Amino acid sequence: MKLKPIVAAVAVVASFSSFAETQLTVVNFGGANGNAQKKAYFEPYEKSSGNKVVGVEYNGEQAKIKAMVEAKKVSWDVVEVESPDVTRGCDEGLFEKLDYSKIGNKADFAPAAIHECGIGTFVWSTVMAYNADKLKTAPTTWADFWDIKKFPGKRAMRKGARYNVEFALMADGVAVQDVYKVLMTKEGAERAFKKLTELKPNIQWWEAGAQPPQFLVAGDVVMTTAYNGRIDAAQREGKNLQITWTGGIYDLDFWVIPKGTPNKDAALKYIALASSADAQAEYAKNISYGPTNTKALAKLDAKVLGKLPTSAANAKTALQFNVTFWADQGEALEKRFAAWAAQ
Amino acid sequence: MAQTLSQVPGSLARQLKRVELRKRAFAISLTLPLLLFLVITFLVPIGSLLVRSVENPEVANTLGRTAQVLSDWNRSTAPPDAAYVALVEDLSAIKEQSDAGALARRLNSEVSGARSLIMATYRALPLDQGMTPLQTRERLLALDARWAELSYWQAIAKNGSRWTPDYLLASVDLQRDVQGNIGKVDAESAAFGKILVRTFKISAVVTLFCLLLGYPLAYWLSTLSARKANMLMILVLVPFWTSILVRVAAWIVLLQSNGLVNRSLMGLGLIDDPLPLLFNRLGVIIAMVHILLPFMILPLYSVMKSVPNTYLRAAISLGSSPLAAFFRVYVPQTWPGVGAGGLLVFILSIGYYVTPALLGGADDQMLSYYIAQYTNVNVNWGMACALGAVLLTATLVLYALYRRVVKSELSLG
Repeated sequence: MKLKPIVAAVAVVASFSSFAETQLTVVNFGGANGNAQKKAYFEPYEKSSGNKVVGVEYNGEQAKIKAMVEAKKVSWDVVEVESPDVTRGCDEGLFEKLDYSKIGNKADFAPAAIHECGIGTFVWSTVMAYNADKLKTAPTTWADFWDIKKFPGKRAMRKGARYNVEFALMADGVAVQDVYKVLMTKEGAERAFKKLTELKPNIQWWEAGAQPPQFLVAGDVVMTTAYNGRIDAAQREGKNLQITWTGGIYDLDFWVIPKGTPNKDAALKYIALASSADAQAEYAKNISYGPTNTKALAKLDAKVLGKLPTSAANAKTALQFNVTFWADQGEALEKRFAAWAAQ
Repeated sequence: MAQTLSQVPGSLARQLKRVELRKRAFAISLTLPLLLFLVITFLVPIGSLLVRSVENPEVANTLGRTAQVLSDWNRSTAPPDAAYVALVEDLSAIKEQSDAGALARRLNSEVSGARSLIMATYRALPLDQGMTPLQTRERLLALDARWAELSYWQAIAKNGSRWTPDYLLASVDLQRDVQGNIGKVDAESAAFGKILVRTFKISAVVTLFCLLLGYPLAYWLSTLSARKANMLMILVLVPFWTSILVRVAAWIVLLQSNGLVNRSLMGLGLIDDPLPLLFNRLGVIIAMVHILLPFMILPLYSVMKSVPNTYLRAAISLGSSPLAAFFRVYVPQTWPGVGAGGLLVFILSIGYYVTPALLGGADDQMLSYYIAQYTNVNVNWGMACALGAVLLTATLVLYALYRRVVKSELSLG
């Protein structure tokens, strides 16, 4: 009988918490991008829905989502994931299938943004960047990036095979549209690693996206590969860093809903808001990543548009990241990269 | 009655024994929570890690019929039409898409490209009813021409059983070929042997430098009065209590080409160009030595505190030179501390991940980095567990060697 008051108390607390506002956990990569999302998506969503948004930062580790879904204890409601993970996670049943009727008109979005388990939220690009205070002439191609006579000094590249093998092939004279065709073959992969070997003594490797602009500002390297948004953030802080858009690799990040979240409806509402033209335009003003909602472009002025990976001038010579290729070949190529680095 | 019985010597002994037993049971029951805790948080995870490194359920769960048909196949000519029929049946029978995804992932780690092949085929199923085996085969080839390639069929045939040595073999640069014979992997993708050697090399260098720096410091501390020693010990412990990430960031500030160390050296006119101290092996070792130094100093100090300095004085008064007395009388008495500290630092550094990731280049990464990569990026947990098992085994072997050399239990002073 003593248990009764406790049971009652628990019931009261439980009923209170079910009346209380839903708390939506939104997971992203943090940094300048996280701040832009907070301003463009979190705050308007909190205002319109009355729900509270808890932002969580992660590094893209899909293992966490896999563990949550397998244990059936899902505490993340909406997650920003990179494109290879949307397909892979969808195949392995980690994500809810999206009901587009609750999000918006499919025709408003760039075709690449539509996926059964996720919706593209912005376009970002891995590009070549340099410090314009230190380099007199601007490097214009990946061949320049490899040219240590014309541009002496170290270069920074991301630790790993992804993007670097594509850049190596472009530096070796492969046309943008042929990069993945060549890379698919055994000889093509061989050629990419051979080209990387040429530059190996001059490479300083970066691990986190925040490092390349730091390296440039500190003068450790003369050129680097970098995420365009990070360079944009440094520019906003008054650093004279510049981007060479030629042969950049653009890709999309997606919103997904981990399978089994108790807040699926609220999560869909959040994604609907974050996919609207107004919110995406506001986001692009805060960080130079391109909206996927094509109607957002009309709301932006020329200055903002000029910095986006999606603008006509910047996208002209860009390469779209091939998700299927990396889902198939990624593991083997990364292992080969580890072997190559050890040589 | 009972009293009289207990006075009989034989029964007294029995009773004493019973009391003794009860006492022992009580003592054991006191340690039971700790024992349970160890089993749950330590042995069970390690056990499941070892199991995962040889587990291979994906093909057996989903492609049972195909594997059965392929068991008679010679693996070098085109597979029989019946295999195509069985594959279509098996794939159509998969209810949960996640099972198909797991199958695709498993086969893709064997043959790059299997992921897209399996998923595209799975999505196109079921096929029309009532086709002959030949028609089924042609239909499948029309769906994706890659089904004519042997490598995918070989991967299915090879992985029919629930257990596999493949992950463990791969983590030491070996592989099973199509017929199941064990051989070396191609030189271009042989990575883990070198990485394992690198891991042990970095750990050994870090341990050596910790000992070289820690020994004199611990000796000096042990000669001071308790008050002074405690004060100085705090200086050793404060960095020990600081987050590793903070210390790594501090080393970046100090060592970068525009950093304090390079600027001072250039200001003194010792060098003209900044030295490359960061994002290479040197940076990793400097930071790791700094982080792990307290683990060397503490056991050394506690052993040195217990060595009476009268021995040293006796040796000198008997005519030994101070230096010889130090090395022949004092140092041997500190071996337990050297052993404990060395082992502690070595084993901790084998598992280092964050420091090399942030301060090292592409060829300074230790095995943990690749375990993390397989866990988080490739989501190939079998491979991650196998690498973990290799690391665990190597550590245990080293510990056994240490026990044989030192011939004593590990003592922490």
